[in-house]
Amino acid sequence: MATLTDLTIAGLRDGLRARKFSAVEVADAYIGAMAKNRHLNAFIVETPDLAREQAKVADARLAKGEGRDLEGVPLGIKDLFCTKGVQTTAGSNILKGFVPPYESTVTANLFAAGATMLGKLNLDEFAMGSANITSAFGHVKNPWTRKDGKDLVPGGSSGGSAAAVAARIVAGATGTDTGGSIRQPASFVGIAGLKPTYGRCSRWGIVAFASSLDQAGPMARDVRDTAILLKAMAGHDPKDSTSVPRPVPDYEKALTGDVKGLRFGIPKEYRVDGMPAEIEKLWQQGIEWLKAAGAIPVEISLPHTKYALPTYYIIAPAEASSNLARYDGVRYGLRVPGNSLDEMYENTRAQGFGAEVRRRILIGTYVLSAGYYDAYYLKAQKVRTLIFNDFREAWKQCDVVLTPTAPSAAFAIGDKQDDPIAMYLNDVFTVPVNLAGLPGLSVPAGLSADGLPLGLQLIGKPFDEETLLRVGGVVETAANFTARPGV
Amino acid sequence: MILEGKTGKWEIVIGLEVHAQVVSNAKLFSGSSAAFGAEPNTQVSFVDAAFPGMLPVINGFCVEQAIKTGLGIEATVNEVSIFDRKNYFYADLPQGYQISQYTRPIVSDGRLVLDLPGGKTKTVGITRLHMEQDAGKSIHDQHPAKSYIDLNRSGVCLMEIVSEPELRSPEEAGAYLKKLRAILRYLGTCDGNMEEGSMRCDANVSVRKVGDTAFGTRCEIKNVNSIRYVMQAIEYEAGRQVQLIEDGGKVDQETRLWDVAKGITRPMRSKEHAHDYRYFPDPDLLPLVLDPKDIARIKASMPELPDAKKARFVDQYKLTPYDASVLVAEQEQAAFFEEVAKGRKDPKLAANWVIVELFGALNKLGKDVTDSPVSAKNLAGLLDLIENDTISGRIAKDVFAIMVETGKDAAGIVEEKGLKQVTDTGAIDAAIAKVMAENEAKVAEYRAGKVTLFGWFVGQVMKATGGKANPAKVNEILKAKLAG
Repeated sequence: MATLTDLTIAGLRDGLRARKFSAVEVADAYIGAMAKNRHLNAFIVETPDLAREQAKVADARLAKGEGRDLEGVPLGIKDLFCTKGVQTTAGSNILKGFVPPYESTVTANLFAAGATMLGKLNLDEFAMGSANITSAFGHVKNPWTRKDGKDLVPGGSSGGSAAAVAARIVAGATGTDTGGSIRQPASFVGIAGLKPTYGRCSRWGIVAFASSLDQAGPMARDVRDTAILLKAMAGHDPKDSTSVPRPVPDYEKALTGDVKGLRFGIPKEYRVDGMPAEIEKLWQQGIEWLKAAGAIPVEISLPHTKYALPTYYIIAPAEASSNLARYDGVRYGLRVPGNSLDEMYENTRAQGFGAEVRRRILIGTYVLSAGYYDAYYLKAQKVRTLIFNDFREAWKQCDVVLTPTAPSAAFAIGDKQDDPIAMYLNDVFTVPVNLAGLPGLSVPAGLSADGLPLGLQLIGKPFDEETLLRVGGVVETAANFTARPGV
Repeated sequence: MILEGKTGKWEIVIGLEVHAQVVSNAKLFSGSSAAFGAEPNTQVSFVDAAFPGMLPVINGFCVEQAIKTGLGIEATVNEVSIFDRKNYFYADLPQGYQISQYTRPIVSDGRLVLDLPGGKTKTVGITRLHMEQDAGKSIHDQHPAKSYIDLNRSGVCLMEIVSEPELRSPEEAGAYLKKLRAILRYLGTCDGNMEEGSMRCDANVSVRKVGDTAFGTRCEIKNVNSIRYVMQAIEYEAGRQVQLIEDGGKVDQETRLWDVAKGITRPMRSKEHAHDYRYFPDPDLLPLVLDPKDIARIKASMPELPDAKKARFVDQYKLTPYDASVLVAEQEQAAFFEEVAKGRKDPKLAANWVIVELFGALNKLGKDVTDSPVSAKNLAGLLDLIENDTISGRIAKDVFAIMVETGKDAAGIVEEKGLKQVTDTGAIDAAIAKVMAENEAKVAEYRAGKVTLFGWFVGQVMKATGGKANPAKVNEILKAKLAG
């Protein structure tokens, strides 16, 4: 038998149902893999005992023929999701030791579908970063290596999730995506990652970064697995006022492989200056694959694309500056005493937050300040509407949009670290999708000259994850991405 | 009200901001109980304590209460309103922001009719009503260095109701608060209890020379916890400002506190924070969109409000506007009156008895109509006895005193004490004959022209009948007998 950790979620599911192996055996295989790969620093907390307990319950159900969609499938959970009884830190010192007395809706949904949890995955602090180098628990290493031998970033902010899935330490993982935090790391490690439509998955119980942009989504080895995970994660939640009351389709059924006559848009504004030739080439390759499958390319225009990054870097920090105000040392988390309430706040927040989080709180506070609000925040909201309208116009011409996921392959740890602007440019292709609230899927599509994975991004109409997955499946099949990280 | 200063006449300009706690079982954005008086931190959900990942969900009942109140102040209920975050740090504000409404409140442009002395009225504009969360409570006096925080109140729904700066005297401010409180209580949207803090008032006060059209610099007097104190604080503050300006000084725009013990306003402790609240729309909440059908449904369920009731009382019961306004000040009083006045020939009699005798007695007992020892039914029974001549008005007062004391009904008391009025002319004839026989000299004087003795004769006859004789009959027969 092949190693259990080599099976996809679909493979595990089918094998477990056929009783070819037990959930406890699967859990043990992953617990072993987790132990062997600690050098990646993908986990903040490992929960092998919990995984085994859950696996026993799964086996009992499977024995009775009562296996649910994810019965006995071991997942890693990004440490932004509150998990009842298991430390949840958001990668920050300020929440070190915080054990939530409640379970986020998305993880509760996954557990209700029978999934087991291997542990809490590392991430950029409060999901703020594109390289997973801002975590208070140390950076995560990309399991892929470059010829020069330098350690590479796994992308961010869901860097622990990406690394763990790519290194086969987990069968699948949850991520969250505020500006590209699922798709960019998925691209950097050669896995599939889906950011659903805003409102598709509940945000309840997920540590908030930027409320109007945050969305949870699945990260897995292939498109089918993301479809399986999304079905379990998604759904209306009355506890989240921005969650949308729509039925959840069986996303896996969308993977028909048939894209004949489907129109896919190629936005000319995504040909950004200085884009590496290999990215351009991969994009062209994607167009050819879809054409060969019978889909029709359409040149489209998303004229306000160039304003997306500055708009994002006003709105996201503005919301973050307010969302993170609750970490004040009064009720939970870190408290560093002071001689007055203000001093306690200052001490706590100075020691509790890292540099990038502090930078974004300052930016956000500034753009919301009296006298600057109209020029920054209000203007950014208006531009956001224009970006949304760009896509609305595009949907008159096409069914999905095809772009690269990121402007580069994974870079070395330490690169761009002193240059926040260069770092922010990582999100140039992913951010407009969040601003417009649309679903986006990154599919592994090829290798860079350095032998590193590169992804293609598909952008869909609101709540049309099915078309996205269908097209993603076709790209995946055509790309036949079989390369594995050296780990 | 005009203040006489050294340099001329001054006018006071007042605007009031009232925070009214919405009557609701649950808080504005969480399911926790909103009841007053529980043990500290026993009514706190993870949402109220702002735990990571917690999200607000609007309580539809609180929205209905705000709509009802908006309709009660004859305002526009806005079909779309927005919840904003008001950002500031304080230990009793768990989220680090208060969810409030800033640019687009749920209610705007209302009005309130003030009942002023002499039956006069004045209409005052209400700029807006918006919904917001209350903060928790900081307790600073339990420990030498530490403060304690009680989050029971955190997240409770408040309505902030802002008047136009159209009030011109402490009396008008008092009348505004009384009227607003009456409407809130009629609607059941706020209990109006200022001592418990479920209705709180900030007063913006400035002064200007009579005839000036521009406003002076205002001071905001915070959280005064009774209508009487609001009036006193305004009076003091206006006087302070006039004196300051006339002495060559300048009013600083500042927040001041009312010092009950000293009867003065004083600046709030040095403002450490020049607050910039960084308002922005709360991304966790969608715009609040109301269905006009719901607004219509709520409108149809509204009770009769004080102004309408007052007009009806004047019209239906022929009361004076003053009496009517006294009776409608509280819904229960008005209902009590109507029960007593129901089907009565002389509703004015009912109004007099309720306002003078009943309210007087209740006042002495420190009770109100809801726990009155004399029920509306029993008071009506007493008035029935007056109207059908069973007892006189004077005896009725004695009977009423016993009713207040014992809670018994009037007929029973009259029966038990034998207080029934004597209308039998035979008995009255006999009493008159007896009095005249015993006082022949006085009869002679009367007949000689000293008619002022008539009252004395009446008194004697009443005394002889133990006060029970019908006074009108006594008058009539006595006059005839004395005339010879």
